[in-house]
Amino acid sequence: MSTALHNTAAIAGIGQTTYSKCSGVSELALACEAVSRAIDDAGIEPGEVDGLVTYTLDSSDEVEVANSVGLGDLTLFSQINYGGGAAVGLVHQAAMAVATGSAKNVVVWRGMNGRSGKRMGQGVSGTIISSDIIHWSWYMVYGMLTPASWIAAFTTRYMHEYGATSEDLGRIAIAQRKFALNNPNAAGYGRPLTMDDYLASRLVAEPLRLYDCCQETDGGCALLITSVEHARDLRQKPAVIRGVCQASSRGQEQMTSFYRDDMTSLPEMELAARQVYAQSGLGPDDIDAACLYDAFTSEILVQLEAFGFCARGEAKDFIADGALEIGGRLPNNTHGGLLSEGYIHGVNNIAEGARLIRGTSCNQPEGVEHVLISSGVGVPTGAMILGQA
Amino acid sequence: MNASRIKPPMTEDNGWWWEEVGRDRLPIQRCTACSTLRHPPRPMCPRCRSMAWDFIEAAGRGTLFSYTVLHHPQFPGYDYPLTIAIVDLEEGGRICTQLVDCERDDIKIDMPLEMFIHEDADGFKLPMCRPAA
Ligand SMILES: [Zn+2]
Repeated sequence: MSTALHNTAAIAGIGQTTYSKCSGVSELALACEAVSRAIDDAGIEPGEVDGLVTYTLDSSDEVEVANSVGLGDLTLFSQINYGGGAAVGLVHQAAMAVATGSAKNVVVWRGMNGRSGKRMGQGVSGTIISSDIIHWSWYMVYGMLTPASWIAAFTTRYMHEYGATSEDLGRIAIAQRKFALNNPNAAGYGRPLTMDDYLASRLVAEPLRLYDCCQETDGGCALLITSVEHARDLRQKPAVIRGVCQASSRGQEQMTSFYRDDMTSLPEMELAARQVYAQSGLGPDDIDAACLYDAFTSEILVQLEAFGFCARGEAKDFIADGALEIGGRLPNNTHGGLLSEGYIHGVNNIAEGARLIRGTSCNQPEGVEHVLISSGVGVPTGAMILGQA
Repeated sequence: MNASRIKPPMTEDNGWWWEEVGRDRLPIQRCTACSTLRHPPRPMCPRCRSMAWDFIEAAGRGTLFSYTVLHHPQFPGYDYPLTIAIVDLEEGGRICTQLVDCERDDIKIDMPLEMFIHEDADGFKLPMCRPAA
């Protein structure tokens, strides 16, 4: 178990663009704006950035961003695979670089025209989103092409085994929409959601409805990671990385791990949980707030179980009385999350995690010491715990 | 409907499977060293690392492990609502396929199913399932 990634690096800068349904600019422009703002937020010069990390799905090469933003010498450049499964993995790369001295100031980003350009919700037909084309073909041939369809197959079995209902999923969508009502950059801003609205929304991939599915968003989000020591001297309150990891487990496929005996748990997320708890010396009782990956509402239920906030099958009971809301046991995605702020592939959830440590969330709970953040669900993934300096 | 479904690209690792389906058989890859069945097909046995394999022909009996009924978005070449089934095969192993000839309210987890080989108008064949007779 790595201890080198415990209290070694911190998130020292956050940059984000406006999130919209039509940016009118290129994905490179979104990436540059987000990266530039993260640098300014931290209060360093572009020439001090020596590492860049993004998604394999991002269309902007590191050097194109570097040339636009005016960066200098780079000693780390890296891209992480598996869609939203990459999210925390970007920070993991950055923290490893900082811990080893491979780079001192690393910016990680995702910039995407996720609504006006390539819409992931429209499926993998046409442009294949992965080189793993044979893998996808087993599902494409049947018309099972969308993230919603893959997650729905797990959700059906989960609801069958544990008695979770549509109302349980609706509670998650509504809780996060409430947060978005206080976030002017959120898609859900000014758009309250009731249980009646939720239940009346159209079916997408049973049992998932429209409001079980995340946004499709144009926007960019970036984070600057540096050593804790350096972060203390910079402009913002550091969000210290207590532990960070990637995780993939036996029988893992990209979104279609249908062949394990059990389809109601997430072995890879349980592996991520074991790692970040061991690295940090913390447990679920120490976590005050979370930004759990929420491309679909049902992903929250199974993650609450994977991270040990409740026993298997009991997440529906855990959330029944507002546990994920302000004043609840675990305020989750206080910016609105992917469901109600926007889908910047999870980087925006990490940004909120850092804001929760700074104390600057638009829905700031009191006394947040530790925040848990996860990467994509159903894919090779990862997790991170942030804490106070 | 003129559009046809998306066809799987064929390589050494999956082409043989589709060829067998084209002969109206439902194959399950089998490691010849340790007899472990595996699906989807891959070049090496994860249990013993043998790269030698053959296949068995599944009887086509199974049960419904999970499913989803797809409504949106809708792609040319497919009929909606489209029911995708995750089926536990009697021989062992699991397959992702389409469930047909079943009313929405009659779809039940663990229901017995029978696999069959469906042929599209363009002659492409693929396994599907329906409620067991
Ligand atoms: Zn074998």
